[in-house]
Amino acid sequence: MTNTKTASGPVRDMQRNRTRRNWLLSAPALVVLAAAASGPLLIVLVYSFLSAGEYGGVVWKFSTDAWFNVVFFRDIFDGTTTLADAHMKILWRSVRLSFMTTVITLAIGFPTAYVIATRPRATRSFWLFLITVPFWTNLLIRTFAILEVIRNEGLINIGLQRLGIIDAPIQMLYTDFAIMVGMTYVYLPLMVLPLYASMERLDFSLVEAAYDLYATRRKVLRRIIIPLVKPGIIAGSILVFIPSLGAFVTPRVLGGGKKMMLGNLIELQFGAGRNWPLGAALSVTLLALVMAALLLYVRSMQRQSGRV
Amino acid sequence: MVGKRETGQGKVEHSLPAAICAQRVSKVFGEGKNRVLALDDVSLTIEENEFFTLLGPSGCGKTTLLRLIAGFDQPTSGAIMLRGEEISHLPPNQRSVNTVFQNYALFPHMTVAKNISFGLEMLGKSPDVIKKTVGDMLALVKMEALRDRRTDQLSGGQQQRVALARALAPRPQVLLLDEPLSALDYKLRKEMQIELKQLQHETGITFIFVTHDQEEALTMSDRIAVMHVGRILQIGTPRQIYNQPSERFVADFIGKSNFLNAEVLAVEGRRARLKLSSGREVDAAIPDGMIPDGNVTVVVRPEYTQIFSKSDDAGDLQGILENIVYLGTDTHYHIRLPDETIFVTRNQNQCKVTEAFKAGQSVSIVFKPESVQMLRS
Repeated sequence: MTNTKTASGPVRDMQRNRTRRNWLLSAPALVVLAAAASGPLLIVLVYSFLSAGEYGGVVWKFSTDAWFNVVFFRDIFDGTTTLADAHMKILWRSVRLSFMTTVITLAIGFPTAYVIATRPRATRSFWLFLITVPFWTNLLIRTFAILEVIRNEGLINIGLQRLGIIDAPIQMLYTDFAIMVGMTYVYLPLMVLPLYASMERLDFSLVEAAYDLYATRRKVLRRIIIPLVKPGIIAGSILVFIPSLGAFVTPRVLGGGKKMMLGNLIELQFGAGRNWPLGAALSVTLLALVMAALLLYVRSMQRQSGRV
Repeated sequence: MVGKRETGQGKVEHSLPAAICAQRVSKVFGEGKNRVLALDDVSLTIEENEFFTLLGPSGCGKTTLLRLIAGFDQPTSGAIMLRGEEISHLPPNQRSVNTVFQNYALFPHMTVAKNISFGLEMLGKSPDVIKKTVGDMLALVKMEALRDRRTDQLSGGQQQRVALARALAPRPQVLLLDEPLSALDYKLRKEMQIELKQLQHETGITFIFVTHDQEEALTMSDRIAVMHVGRILQIGTPRQIYNQPSERFVADFIGKSNFLNAEVLAVEGRRARLKLSSGREVDAAIPDGMIPDGNVTVVVRPEYTQIFSKSDDAGDLQGILENIVYLGTDTHYHIRLPDETIFVTRNQNQCKVTEAFKAGQSVSIVFKPESVQMLRS
């Protein structure tokens, strides 16, 4: 940019005009971003430091009660303070189920992506198309489809009973397992697609070279394929973990309100709980968790590119 | 390890098995209307400690044959033996054969040293042995200074050396090289040709080299197999391939050639008396497996011929000089023969002698009878 310093009048004007035009062109996007993303976030953050209104909403009075209530529970009769077991349980369930969903989608998605990436070029788009087909149906409908399959009178239980393998139906619906199955089903494409993207770029002559240099299939996978598709693994994990953490519809339908996740808890506070500040504080907690996950991602990416 | 063996002029010690022996190998890709016969009943024997080249245009099956030897593909029929043991269906990690890939296929997430040690690690060698071998290999390819570099920070020639060191480090019985020089510029390619040949000599490992570059093949090889549409047309030393091409394709693919029609007058043993279209009679050896009769095609290399003004000599052929192409070291004369074909004569330029010929004049062409090579039809 040394040119700008020496540039004479007209040239400088032109550059200034161009800069102004660029700002003008990106203005709509910036406005939408500011209004639709930063604005609401700011409101949520502010709400978390206000007092709850009697019938919902907020009272404009500063209070840290909401944040206190995220972590602690104060008995309304004797005033004793204990750790908010229910919140901790839900938080832990959210993290645990999201993590397990990520691991399972990775375990299923990795071989799937590998198989697609090794098909002839012409047939790859067909397989990718199949992966994206579930997106055509509404999430709620897909979740109810899962419910239909795993409920006590559902396909699996009826099938197993007819075959005489079990006598009484296995309770799968309204358990953590049901939520995990649902989330795995819903988020699997989000794992497969980034994995496929990085595997498609993988130079398969490297796999041949490793195989040629006496590596077993397992060693080829561990020493060559996994390190080289790591960006895809991380991107897919992030894309599955983050929405899982905030999942709302799936745990609501398949967890039946008994097995709540963070998303449901937040919804409860804004709805029936009529405690908007607590809902806001929980939302910010969720956001913090997501940010922490993203930070880990960025860190590992930097290590990846920095390593010699 | 089987000891080194001197391979004299085609003399083979039969007590030791050949490094590689391919027996009636065929390879079919695809099926139905996509069916491609990539290798058609190929048999060949490559001796221990030999620099053997598979030469042919793209699509001739040379890379397919290499991949069958490496184990990346398996033959549809036939067998491949490594030192007398059948390996046709063994996976690549169970054959003592390593490959230098055309694009080098260096592991981008590893350093130079890590790339070289990979095969040794996979073989479960001890850290001491690995350290020593990696050091030796780096010295062999003169890359000691760059041992901790990442491979994407290397030039093409350096990558080439690392690929060589990596493939040689486990000391394979046979080293396969798939057009490893094609990505290098001309000067570097020339240097690497000499270096590769030296490397082969120093290590005593059998090299099987794939190329479409005839000059490369002639420069480096002990023996060459010329391939075309999935078949081996001729196997021989560079001299044999150049001077005694057995088929028109071989003569045409390697070097420049003049093809002439000739009439078979008589056959005596393995030689035949031929009459060229100009009336000149010559003796020529009969290629293996050919029974000459009627008309045959012969080949004469341009540099084995001389051009004279018609008045000087009756010559072997007469024609009209059409074009003179001056190339510094030598001059090419394009001569139109009475049957309208073009005959090329290549004469080395003498010290600053001015051009003695003019386009359009009548000339005669002279060559020694032994430069006439009969081709299998």
